[in-house]
Amino acid sequence: VHIPDGYTSPLFSLGSGVVTVPVWSIAVARLQRTLRGRTVPLLAFLSALSFALMMVSFPVPAGTTAHAVGGTFIAIVAGPWAAVVVVSVALVIQALFFGDGGILAIPLNCLNLAVILPLAGYAVYRLTAAGSPPGRRRRLWAAGIGGYAGLTISALAVGVELGIQPLLFRSGGLPTYSPYTLMQAVPVMLLSHGLGASFVEAAVTVLGLAYMRRLYPGLLASRGSA
Amino acid sequence: VAGIAGSTERAIFTEEHARRAGWLQGLDPRAKLVMFLVAVLTAGFLTNLAVLAGLYAVVLVAARASRTPFDFFIRRVWTGIPFFAGVVIVPSLFLGGPPHLFSLRLGPVTLALSVPAIWSALVFVMRVGVSVSLAVLLVMTTRWADLLKSLHALRVPQVFVLILSMTYRYVFLFLHAVNGMLEARRSRIVGVTSGGEQRRWIAGSIGCLMNRSFHLSSDVHSAMLARGFTGEVRTYHRFAMRAADWIAVGGCAVVAAAALAAGMLLR
Repeated sequence: VHIPDGYTSPLFSLGSGVVTVPVWSIAVARLQRTLRGRTVPLLAFLSALSFALMMVSFPVPAGTTAHAVGGTFIAIVAGPWAAVVVVSVALVIQALFFGDGGILAIPLNCLNLAVILPLAGYAVYRLTAAGSPPGRRRRLWAAGIGGYAGLTISALAVGVELGIQPLLFRSGGLPTYSPYTLMQAVPVMLLSHGLGASFVEAAVTVLGLAYMRRLYPGLLASRGSA
Repeated sequence: VAGIAGSTERAIFTEEHARRAGWLQGLDPRAKLVMFLVAVLTAGFLTNLAVLAGLYAVVLVAARASRTPFDFFIRRVWTGIPFFAGVVIVPSLFLGGPPHLFSLRLGPVTLALSVPAIWSALVFVMRVGVSVSLAVLLVMTTRWADLLKSLHALRVPQVFVLILSMTYRYVFLFLHAVNGMLEARRSRIVGVTSGGEQRRWIAGSIGCLMNRSFHLSSDVHSAMLARGFTGEVRTYHRFAMRAADWIAVGGCAVVAAAALAAGMLLR
């Protein structure tokens, strides 16, 4: 789901900061309010985990890439606002050190993967798990559904962002950036994720949560969300 | 995995190239960050292949002046790009308008390779290449601590920089742990194991890796606290913009303006 520089207009990429930067500000403020010394290594560990998951990616012709992110899992374990910061950090390191996702596209990639994905995935998880006490099996199913929904909604957002590029930016009659229309980019991104990567994201969320429940139940109990 | 871990460790984590005496290594990190942003922004706005190629030539000259190993620099950028950016753009080659290089009828579908689309695809791949080259050059010639400090100077929140600095260490730990586990397994296996056995081993080692990394992350944090870490990034270098830094930023602005002007003229 990483958008490289040159695939969208710099104006569009940086302009997405209008949404991303305020969300970052809220997330950092919320995080600082709840941050304790021992929480920092956990967040960095989760960020490294997200980084490792995103490194295993496959190119999608007429789209971008397909891969798991772990955003919903992080939102359940550490909280949705922490997930915004944690996944953003992983994306910054990927863009800087591995050229995966553009530098100017950092606000746009963070919007899709670090804002939309964990917030949507967590919202779906909470809705699906509503009424179920912590520690119940239903919460694992809800986590899987949340993970699946989060990544699929994020992929839909990427498809729309790519698809509107030919409508907004053209030079000499040709698309200046992504050449694919909405009717091409949206189905490609939805199918590649809805039939593939989103299932991996669901599995990561369920297995990760089951693992945390078994080995670090204290961490989850302190949040009361799993 | 051992190859990837080794080359990444040499290239990034040891900061081998960032410690060399070179043009970019000698500049203030904040100046470098500004130059980098100006150059990436310029590449993003360019739509002419020749001007983009010219900008790439300037990047290569900067890499040479900074004494980065040329083959490594070029290989690192151009080995991944055809696989990702290339595959992504391939369908567009058959969606463009005339003139067409050839047209192939496959039942109800006609595949026609469009010349304007080939040109657009080349511009796209070149733009991605220049952007990635600039990012690689910035990282290769700047110490991580200096980069973090300059982010702090750009008013990026402390908590963000702190998590960024620790994640960077953990990525390094992950690579080491995975490499160590694979080496340990390889040195104890004789013959070929079954697919089921390998899958069980992989599932078990993922759980084990998470467990080890989790404990190790707490240990690293304890060690950082023991050394007096309070969350503030400190480096030996005190940032001070000198005449050479201002000249470099000015030169970068001139190159960017010239590239944008040439791009508009040649449109």
